Amino acid sequence: MFLKKVGLDVGSTTIKCVVLDENENLIFESYQRHFSRIKEMTASLLAEIKSRTGEGSISLCMSGSAGMGTADSLKIPFVQEVYATRLAVKKYIPDADVVIELGGEDAKILFLNGGLEVRMNGSCAGGTGAFIDQMASLLNVQPDELNELAKKKEKLYTIASRCGVFAKSDIQPLLNQGAARSDIAASIFRAVVNQTIGGLAQGRKIQGNIVYLGGPLTFFSELRSSFDEVLNCKGLCPDNSLYFVALGAAISAVSEEINIDEMISKIENSKGEAGYAYLPPLFRSQEEYEAFTKRHKNNSSHIKFIEKPSGNMYLGVDSGSTTVKAVVIDEAGNILKQIYRPNSGNATEVIKSFLLEVYNEFPDIKIKSSAVTGYGEELLRNAFNIDFGVVETIAHYKAAKSFMPDVDFIIDIGGQDIKCFKIQDGTIGNIFLNEACSSGCGSFFQTFASALGYSAQDFAKLGLMADKPVDLGSRCTVFMNSSVKQAQKDGATIENISAGLSISVVKNAIYKVIRAASADALGKHIVVQGGTFRNDAVLRAFEMELGADVVRPEIAEVMGAYGAALYAKENSKADRSSLISKEELEKFTYKTVATVCNGCNNHCRLTITTFEGGRRFIGGNRCSKPTGVKTNSVKYNLYDYKLELLNGYRTKHIVPTRGTIGLPMVLNMYELLPFWHTIFTSLGFDVVVSPESSRDIFLSGQSTIPSDTVCYPAKLVHGHMEYLLKQDIDAIFYPCLSYNLDEKLGDNHYNCPVVAYYPEVIGANMEEIKNILFINNSFGIHNTKTFKRHFYDMLTAHFGSFPRKDVSNAIDKGYAEREKYLALVRAKGEEFLNIAKAENRQVIVLAGRPYHVDPEINHGIANLICELGAIVITEDSISNRVEKFRTNVLNQWTYHSRIYAAAKYIAESGNKNINLVQLVSFGCGLDAITSDETRSILEEKGRIYTQLKIDEIANLGTSKIRLRSLFDALKEERGE
Amino acid sequence: MEKPIFTKEMKKDYTILAPNMLPVHFKLISRIFRAYGYKTELLSTTGKEISDTGLKYVHNDTCYPALLVIGQLISALQSGKYDIHRTALLITQTGGGCRASNYISLLRKALDKADLGFVPVISLNFAGTEKSPGFKITPMMFIKLVSAVLYGDLLMTLKNQTQPYEKEPGSTIALVDFWAEKLVNDMQSPKFFSRKNTLRNYKTIIENFANLDRYDTKKMRVGIVGEIYVKFAPLGNNNLEDFLLSENCEVVMSGLLDFCMYCVYNMLADRTYYGDGSKFKSRIIRAVFKYLLNRQKDIINSIKTYSDFTAPSDFRHVISLTDGYISTATKMGEGWLLTAEMLELIDSGVNNIICAQPFGCLPNHICGRGMMKLIKDKHPDVNLVAIDYDPGATKVNQENRIKLMLSIGREQMVS
Repeated sequence: MFLKKVGLDVGSTTIKCVVLDENENLIFESYQRHFSRIKEMTASLLAEIKSRTGEGSISLCMSGSAGMGTADSLKIPFVQEVYATRLAVKKYIPDADVVIELGGEDAKILFLNGGLEVRMNGSCAGGTGAFIDQMASLLNVQPDELNELAKKKEKLYTIASRCGVFAKSDIQPLLNQGAARSDIAASIFRAVVNQTIGGLAQGRKIQGNIVYLGGPLTFFSELRSSFDEVLNCKGLCPDNSLYFVALGAAISAVSEEINIDEMISKIENSKGEAGYAYLPPLFRSQEEYEAFTKRHKNNSSHIKFIEKPSGNMYLGVDSGSTTVKAVVIDEAGNILKQIYRPNSGNATEVIKSFLLEVYNEFPDIKIKSSAVTGYGEELLRNAFNIDFGVVETIAHYKAAKSFMPDVDFIIDIGGQDIKCFKIQDGTIGNIFLNEACSSGCGSFFQTFASALGYSAQDFAKLGLMADKPVDLGSRCTVFMNSSVKQAQKDGATIENISAGLSISVVKNAIYKVIRAASADALGKHIVVQGGTFRNDAVLRAFEMELGADVVRPEIAEVMGAYGAALYAKENSKADRSSLISKEELEKFTYKTVATVCNGCNNHCRLTITTFEGGRRFIGGNRCSKPTGVKTNSVKYNLYDYKLELLNGYRTKHIVPTRGTIGLPMVLNMYELLPFWHTIFTSLGFDVVVSPESSRDIFLSGQSTIPSDTVCYPAKLVHGHMEYLLKQDIDAIFYPCLSYNLDEKLGDNHYNCPVVAYYPEVIGANMEEIKNILFINNSFGIHNTKTFKRHFYDMLTAHFGSFPRKDVSNAIDKGYAEREKYLALVRAKGEEFLNIAKAENRQVIVLAGRPYHVDPEINHGIANLICELGAIVITEDSISNRVEKFRTNVLNQWTYHSRIYAAAKYIAESGNKNINLVQLVSFGCGLDAITSDETRSILEEKGRIYTQLKIDEIANLGTSKIRLRSLFDALKEERGE
Repeated sequence: MEKPIFTKEMKKDYTILAPNMLPVHFKLISRIFRAYGYKTELLSTTGKEISDTGLKYVHNDTCYPALLVIGQLISALQSGKYDIHRTALLITQTGGGCRASNYISLLRKALDKADLGFVPVISLNFAGTEKSPGFKITPMMFIKLVSAVLYGDLLMTLKNQTQPYEKEPGSTIALVDFWAEKLVNDMQSPKFFSRKNTLRNYKTIIENFANLDRYDTKKMRVGIVGEIYVKFAPLGNNNLEDFLLSENCEVVMSGLLDFCMYCVYNMLADRTYYGDGSKFKSRIIRAVFKYLLNRQKDIINSIKTYSDFTAPSDFRHVISLTDGYISTATKMGEGWLLTAEMLELIDSGVNNIICAQPFGCLPNHICGRGMMKLIKDKHPDVNLVAIDYDPGATKVNQENRIKLMLSIGREQMVS
């Protein structure tokens, strides 16, 4: 007897089911969200199949990333999902060349012809359905509305989709600056396209007949057309595009017959099989919980809520990443009115209506002063003529101090960010912000709650009395997703998952962001705030993890606004706030236009918001050029100077007698350009140097990047190579260098593995490099004698004969030129230091690697520091002022030795006007070691260490907060 | 931060804790240390607390092996099982441009953070990066250590080729255990390390394995390459070997000796490429290299003579395989050896290869993932999959990806 074939595809968020009859015709299909109730859904689907088809027995096969465990425990045959897709495509679309399939958390590309290859997203779920859902909720729309919005797009913005976190930090400023939501929607889809191609193509061309499969590509026409546009093709999204995995599973279902009733009862009897790792419960009893809430209520008894305004009132606004907070307080700090609302992508509207409410409810109110803090600070300040702008950290400190005068540690967990800072001697010391990861934040918790069908609040409450909270560890959102998946598989209840998530939020904050080993390391007087601590489970988990009681103000979620109001109160000078009046507010309008600034090569995408009364706010700019604001002092920026020196070589051409050499302006070339350029030109070669990096250069090379977790500076190399390949040159010279020059500062003088050997990656991954002479030999420039011999051998092998002496002289000239370059940098550094001394100005040693000079890599941070009034110098301009000294780590990389030396110089100098800010590229493995060491060198002498993490994203928001806080802290240190 | 030194006096009554990577190898190695008066103890602890402890005391962006090794050592010290004032720690230090050379500094920092800063740490290295007065490896000891590595490699190679086919479940492991135990005991005999005795042992071991009752089926062979700790240690790779066995595969991987020879070769390469080091030094290194090659040859010949098992490839052949792929100047981390190992597997007919690496491993950007396209171009039938390991990565995702590779591999096997 023939059995109907049933294919079940259990994905990360949905369950798909198909039934094929004896002629392999599709007779049943179903697509539903499973909310992690996989077994129940399977049972009900089987029951439905039985009633629909009248069959008591079937042959069955399961597939899908979340189905593996279930299939295993129920002894149902299983087929890996990509393999299943391939089976189905082979059968239904035999002429397909490439399949692009996006799912809830997976992205896959299958190359079917010319050597079968399958690519799956690895450690990152950026660019998948989950990403799109996250972004939609950020825009406060349903995912399908996102598609509708995208249809009306006019322009595209650059959004990083590698990780939801980065995309958020790109989107948030756009939203805050008022960019059109339709453009953002389209840009989100484009980000997915770039991520898929950039992350998965890895050098293989996507061409021929392209097939689109999976939920996102089925539901979003605009996503398909974005793919079409980028790939320059017309892809096919077939009927049943949601069911290909299920179809593949059904095709593979050739096993013995499975009795439906027996299977259903097997499922029902199989609950909670394997155990999972769990933690102690948050509360053991209701009494314990009540005592806990009572204790926390008591901490806030000094603040009252008043009903009528009397005397002067103060307004504080905190425009956060996902929410807007505002309070109005009186002289005593009592609260008249407060709000905590989602900004829905438009903070201006929220504050407008809040102010109208205030004016209407309290017609006689006198607002004496006002202040705004947070992401949207500048926009709102311009919109409503708010008196002061204040750094978030300061605002939070002010607020926390009013609850606990001797507070020494504040941790604020908001929607997508964690901010923590230490207070030392009444000033803000170390600041910790999450940059690489948002897994410890509220929005993650929220996304999870809604994926499971709950509101965030209800979901959190579930966990309070959980008996065995799941141990989810501390890491990225994406990994946490799969950990949760696994826990569900292992029989964890919703309650225990909720509690587990609350605990991991806390663990992330402590171990990933602050990286503290114990509660003592944080401080003795801890204030916790931010919306996420509203969640009692998170608060409890935090206290348990630290083994100490902390203070959570009753107004935990509006502390930023409360602090801003206090700031306004303390700083108010005028009799009345400049805040716009009720009348002005009633006719308050604004208009937003998007444009591109052509002031320099950055071509920043600007959003210009014009308010009633002609006030204007320009957002998206990286410098003050478009705003027309002239900084009153001259900028002393050694980054600019270095770049200028290096750019000088680009225009230095000779009439070639031996040929033309292309040099990519990447990684260590930022230091060695003077060296190589001089050697080649001295020998009669003209040199073509690739241009300054840009987003376009990056995009032009992204499809050949083999490892998506390598640092951005390395990724840029591919684009520079693409550029050089298009030039009329004879060869590209990009040597491997295990060792750097020995500057006698460390135990060894290596380059980092990526800098040392990236030329090997280029040779192995860029097809077109075969069409040109690509010289990526290994040289040892630290050993002059051997280097000369090997370089000579290389030259004669490729370019005919050379007199040995000429080669030797050219190399000597190269060394001299490099020395000259460094000497110029050091002299300029000295000059800047002298100016700083004479004018009593702040100096920031922006310590990084030579390639951090690339504006596409540093995103204009040096400039930003200058605009905040400081002088910027580099680590290499002062590293020679220190003798070799002992470090706690093996000091074996030349570039990093300079950072230690610079830190040492500052620490020993005793000059509080010089401070260090370290630039760290995301994905730089070495900086996991160097940043800790640099910090300890500085902190040993009581100096502040500041770190800025940089990646593809061009959002300077967090950097700005850190820098402003640093300058504020320094100011207070000086007693200003 | 003053680092405590492991002094000669400490040698007498200190227990030296060391992390485990390859159970059989390390058991033998530890026995040799004991014979020289070092009270070494290998940690075989497992469980989540190890990575949790690591996360707590090590920078979270540090590579996974460092996190595990340090986590394991510190949780051992915190377990109360040892007198922490009479305990030292031993950790290997490769001494190249990779982060791994800094594991020891990270361990010291972590100890400090855990208020265990007084515990001395011994660096086991052959590059002279760091020395402890109370710990010295003599040439004789070195030779004995090489023997331990070779026995370990032999047992591992034979085990891998026997276990998937054994008729009586557990018989292979029993045989491995038997030999590990026997070798440890026999080491006391003065003649144990003689070539004659070694060759005789090789013969008996090989014959023992060859005589084990096995099924004559053909299973899919799956190669494992990667960062050395993640490649070998079950703690680092979520019991990858067990998983592959349960998926009906035969595991193929090169031994620890290859990595040792790679390290020695690199010292020679420094002279070739950069003219570093003295002529005298390189003459010694060359002699060591040659010695290792000869010792490897004994194993290869023995396997070929006494059985049908596949013998490891001659290391010189392994080196030559990199031609047209990657320069042997690429020497940080596993460097060119990682690429060479993939090529060696392909060369010996293993078409399914898992590259196991810690998340964000720097050298593997170059030598692992970075070389895969080129390898695929030249060998279109080969299935390569890179799997990342870190504290947050889940087994489900890792196994799902491996299963995909296995499905394709099986299909190719049929056709």
